[in-house]
Amino acid sequence: MARILGGITTSHIPAVGNAINKGLQDDPYWKPFFDGYPKVHKWVQDNKPDYVINIYNDHGLGFFLDRMPTFAIGAAHEYRNEDEGWGLPALPPFPGAPELSWHIIESMVADEFDITSCQELAVDHGFVVPMQLFWPGAPNNPDMPRAVPISANTVQHPIPTLNRALNFGKALRKALLSFPEDAKIVVLGTGGLSHQLDGQRAGFINKEFDRYCLDNIVHNPEELTKITRQELVKNAGAQGTEFLMWMMMRGALGDDVTEITRNYHIPISNTAAGTLLIECAA
Amino acid sequence: MDQPGYDYHIDIPGTTLFDGKMAMKGYALNKMCYSFNQQINREAFLADEEGYMARFGLNDEQKEAIRKRDVLGLIDAGGNIYYLAKFAGIFKLSVQDVGGLQTGKTTEEFQQYLASQA
Ligand SMILES: [Fe+2]
Repeated sequence: MARILGGITTSHIPAVGNAINKGLQDDPYWKPFFDGYPKVHKWVQDNKPDYVINIYNDHGLGFFLDRMPTFAIGAAHEYRNEDEGWGLPALPPFPGAPELSWHIIESMVADEFDITSCQELAVDHGFVVPMQLFWPGAPNNPDMPRAVPISANTVQHPIPTLNRALNFGKALRKALLSFPEDAKIVVLGTGGLSHQLDGQRAGFINKEFDRYCLDNIVHNPEELTKITRQELVKNAGAQGTEFLMWMMMRGALGDDVTEITRNYHIPISNTAAGTLLIECAA
Repeated sequence: MDQPGYDYHIDIPGTTLFDGKMAMKGYALNKMCYSFNQQINREAFLADEEGYMARFGLNDEQKEAIRKRDVLGLIDAGGNIYYLAKFAGIFKLSVQDVGGLQTGKTTEEFQQYLASQA
């Protein structure tokens, strides 16, 4: 049976992809952000996962408002990025794992989670940037695991509750642990932390609230399910609702976990950038 | 459209919650901006802005906000920031530029505001 090695969260700001392409890791603006990743690289290299479940939120590339799935799971042989309107470079495709995708979909629908399955899915910076952060050169990295993208809706309200997000992760855990292959799996939760792009409140960041989330998510995630969606928008900013991805990831890790490393830095682009690596007991 | 008081109908100053009402109001505008994911559509827009807006059925409020590059006006007209970011991309505006435009700050002032929250 498959094993869940752990989970990694990170912000997925498009500007990070740009900084990687330009090699700005030691630039004074970027260094405090990229300093959060060497420990993650070491852990990834030591553990070499076979599969990566990449939980992110699409930002208007893979989905439009004509059909907006609350929870979508990719079930394709490969996933391609696009320029997203900003001229981002086209990358080689990320290898998929359709047999694992369908196993997850079967298991989660049996568990009464209503999933949208996607045999074609263009992946945006929410998926791509974390891959580039954790597997430098991605997808051209010899250790690149095969991927299953999972996207949750944070574009349009109503968005899922924090409780639903955590429970989604728990059902995902059940699905992964029953995958009949001796495989190692890592789960990513991408996005956040506090930021707001739109309106007169654009530029809003909330260090105190982010700290509260970071301090609770490792050993006390249930506490965070008390946060209502309107409180999340108010306290994390309109796009800080991406914290839902962190909750989904956390639910997949179970109770016996250890924090390996974390990093938090304000600002990267408009965002309070957070990174967290949580290891599951063997 | 009258709806019962679900929890998304709340007042957060300076924040427009993009809910079903706004998604219906802004559909044509957002659909146009979604099309800007493709370079060929960005070029078509630049070649004939009025014709391109008409093709997507934008209303007068939306057209005027597009003409004026008025980000707050676009949000009032139902625009969602993720799609509007693709409109901004045509003019190579960063999210700090867009933040400054919405808050009456220069880009540098907006960046300073971000950094001041560290
Ligand atoms: Fe995002």
